Amino acid sequence: MKWLDRQRCLMDFTLSCVWRRKGKNLGFLLVYTLIIFVVCSVIFFSNALRRQADAVLHDAPEMIVQKMMAGRQELMPLAHQEDIASIRGVRSVEPRVWGYYFHPATQTNYTLIGRKDFRHGDDAVEVGQGVLRTWGAVQEDKLYFRMVDGKALDLKIAATFSAATDLVSADLIMMSQATFRRLTGMPDQFATDFSVRVRNPQECTTIAEKITGIVPGARPILREEIVRTYSALFNWRSGYMIVILSAAILAFCISAWDKATGLSAEEKAEIGILKGVGWGTSDILGMKFWEGMTVSLAAFFAGVIGAYIHVFFFSAPFFEHALKGWSILYPSFRLRPEVNLFELAVLFFLTVVPYTFITIIPIWRVSVTDPDLVMRQG
Amino acid sequence: MIELSQVSKVFNPGRHNAFTALHGIDLSIKTGGVTVFKGPSGSGKTTLLSVIGCMARPTTGRIFLDGTEITGLPERFATLTRRQTFGFIFQNYNLIRGLTVLENTMIPAYPTGRNYQEIRQRALELLEKLKIESKVPMKVEHLSGGEQQRTAIARALINDPAVVIADEPTAHLDTELSMELLEIVNDLKNEGKTILVASHDPLIFESTAVDRVVSLRDGKMIDQETPR
Amino acid sequence: MILSPAIIALEAGAVLAAGYAAYASAMAMQIIQGWDIASGSEQQLLLEKKTYLISTIFAWLMAYQIISLFLFSYTAENLHDLFVGAMCAAGSLNVNDYGYPTLVLKAFNCLLCGIWLIVNRTDNSVADYPLIKPKYKLLIGIAVLLLIEAIFQTTYFVQMKADVITSCCGMLFSETEETVAGGLAALPSYPTKVIFYLSVLITLRVGIHHYRTGRAALVYSLSAAWLLILSIAAVISFIAPHFYELPGHHCPFCILQREYHYIGYPLYLALFTGGIAGLGVGVIDRFKGSPSLHAAGPLLQKHLCLLSMIGYMLFAVISVYPMIFSDFRLEGY
Ligand SMILES: Nc1ncnc2c1ncn2[C@@H]1O[C@H](COP(=O)(O)OP(=O)(O)OP(=O)(O)O)[C@@H](O)[C@H]1O
Ligand SMILES: [Mg+2]
Repeated sequence: MKWLDRQRCLMDFTLSCVWRRKGKNLGFLLVYTLIIFVVCSVIFFSNALRRQADAVLHDAPEMIVQKMMAGRQELMPLAHQEDIASIRGVRSVEPRVWGYYFHPATQTNYTLIGRKDFRHGDDAVEVGQGVLRTWGAVQEDKLYFRMVDGKALDLKIAATFSAATDLVSADLIMMSQATFRRLTGMPDQFATDFSVRVRNPQECTTIAEKITGIVPGARPILREEIVRTYSALFNWRSGYMIVILSAAILAFCISAWDKATGLSAEEKAEIGILKGVGWGTSDILGMKFWEGMTVSLAAFFAGVIGAYIHVFFFSAPFFEHALKGWSILYPSFRLRPEVNLFELAVLFFLTVVPYTFITIIPIWRVSVTDPDLVMRQG
Repeated sequence: MIELSQVSKVFNPGRHNAFTALHGIDLSIKTGGVTVFKGPSGSGKTTLLSVIGCMARPTTGRIFLDGTEITGLPERFATLTRRQTFGFIFQNYNLIRGLTVLENTMIPAYPTGRNYQEIRQRALELLEKLKIESKVPMKVEHLSGGEQQRTAIARALINDPAVVIADEPTAHLDTELSMELLEIVNDLKNEGKTILVASHDPLIFESTAVDRVVSLRDGKMIDQETPR
Repeated sequence: MILSPAIIALEAGAVLAAGYAAYASAMAMQIIQGWDIASGSEQQLLLEKKTYLISTIFAWLMAYQIISLFLFSYTAENLHDLFVGAMCAAGSLNVNDYGYPTLVLKAFNCLLCGIWLIVNRTDNSVADYPLIKPKYKLLIGIAVLLLIEAIFQTTYFVQMKADVITSCCGMLFSETEETVAGGLAALPSYPTKVIFYLSVLITLRVGIHHYRTGRAALVYSLSAAWLLILSIAAVISFIAPHFYELPGHHCPFCILQREYHYIGYPLYLALFTGGIAGLGVGVIDRFKGSPSLHAAGPLLQKHLCLLSMIGYMLFAVISVYPMIFSDFRLEGY
């Protein structure tokens, strides 16, 4: 194959040229890599968060029903459980008992959940990793709570949630429903809300409508809506970051233009020689194509690998606050490593494509050097 | 056979600094043999060689190579012709610094689509014939003047051209090296190559190897002499 | 307006592409007016140099256009959970009037860029550049279309609002729906299969004939064009359902998803290769009258014909794969 042989030779020559000028190329390569690294981190991170949220919501009930009064959420009477369960298409209705607990010593809020079938009995709790980290002094595996009536209550830590579920469980304190009611004073015939499971998810909207008819002040929240909100949030956040970063990308493009335009006299002379000894414009363009490819691919791989390590091994310490922006409790969870083609394609579009387009014209300028110039070089 | 009919070259036409470097040259050069173009500085030798070698297009006039016209060819095809037919040895050799002797020799063959190993083999043979095979892995900037000269010759021959064009090949050489060069030129001539040399070095145009001398002045041919 | 990295990427790309296409067509205009191959004037030399720039820009635009087509459908795919009722790209594209036109334009421009590169290649293969004027006129046309595409895409994204209720593939590609898409989905699968594979065989047969003898180029090109359209219908009618193993699921986009091992990408890539190269055969045929192309034209046609046949063959093989290696049978539903 003539074509292949030609490309092979051009590539060979280009690589030796790039290598010969490695000192000069290195600085630029570093900047290029850094840009790809930062953009890639943003993309990886936001998508990983989104996937994590998706995974959590995947098992969530199709619908949550809260009760509102005068625009404020209030407790849901257990009496409504039967009414909702009798609607056609509803598989189950589960009252949920949960709330928040403010720990004055460290000024932090925790999520409390009371479970009916809590394994560890009435004077124990199961907590997330974040709780252990932030609670302050934990003595003899016990957490001291202040009940509604001001009395103290100490509960043993029976177990902790695994780090894998940290995104949702970091600030979680789980206990039995009886303990929860004792601690918070929630009356027995009420729950915080209902979780409703539905036979056919497509009927959610109809069922939600019926519920509002039966339970006065009911506010059904569909799982799909939550997914949508999350999705929009992550898209928006990462998009916003990219807009901020676009200044950096622009600066990088200008430097790429600059580098491609401002060839040293030596490089120009070399291209003159190549044209003089029989290379054509398309050969120079081919050579420059390989040069661009080499630099871009090197930067791309280095940047992507760097971002992968940054995001999935170190949980993106550089900008997690900008993207997560939730509670101070979350910092140390690990994201599940996963990368897809789409993310890489977006990254490619945001970095390599502008670089390539920006350098077309400067490269063409040098490639059309007149071959007879070399006769007068000296 | 190279034929030029009424070839002129005007630099910067239509502008105040327009300059006519060649005036209606009519010339025909037979295949094989050494032709030397002589003349004072600025007489248009280099310009003439670059026009013949498809490096620059003449402003008017026509050039034929073995009967086919090569004047109006677009760059893509001019390059192709140039690569297949001509080998160039420049005044300052114009080797690429930082590359080895071998790499420099191979450069003109890269775009031809020949196999890499084949090119390498051919380069090694040429370098051996020119007796610098021991310098093959050396960077060209460390070479002596004569070795650079030979590398440049090897590079000109890598595509096995029918015509070798040399512009002032002895400008930076002492007498001894110039004599060596003439020997190589003579060998090439005996292989049947056509050799065109521009030079104002008497050593060259008075040499016995030379078949024909063409004199230029102010872009015009003044007389032709055939020594011996 | 929804702001996500993918949308920003596509928008930035569209601006760049449209900008460069406009720049290239400005140069094309100069070339159309000033081209005189016989002249050795500086003006002509400069124009010749510019042809290299234009070719380079278009080679990149072609590469860009292919990636952007896939990125666009993938983005639509990725955004589907923002819209009520959207399950895949089909739903997101349907949220306003600009989604599908943008997609169609992108695919069409992809075809055109490919054809332009083929014409360019043909033109460059002979010394008198016989196609220079038609080539650059076509280029200006493509530039205009790229501009329109950029405008459509921008409008699509700008008018996109989260929470819009849309109808997705279940609806659009439903057999009872009285639209083009619905009609395609409702094509009876067995006859469609027969017609499709028969057309593949006929096209290949014509292709082999052309490859051997150099004749019937136009016939091959026409059958390749017909096969391109038929293939899209086939994807909706039976190829996609075979991958989903669901008789009622006809969506041409879901095969791009991970659940189906991204099989849609090689499938469509093979289809585009077959289509572009096949159309190229016919386009060259149209210009073969030019005397200098007598030798170079047929050779290029042969290569393109081979490439096109390989593309279609690959497409057919991928489409046959699930029918052979899965227990799912479409017929009988
Ligand atoms: N690009 C150009 N623009 C304007 N004038 C030029 C250009 N190139 C060459 N010339 C002029 O053309 C004339 C012929 O130049 P050329 O290099 O052919 O001379 P030469 O015979 O090779 O001289 P030397 O012996 O010094 O190498 C010179 O006067 C030179 O100044
Ligand atoms: Mg000179």
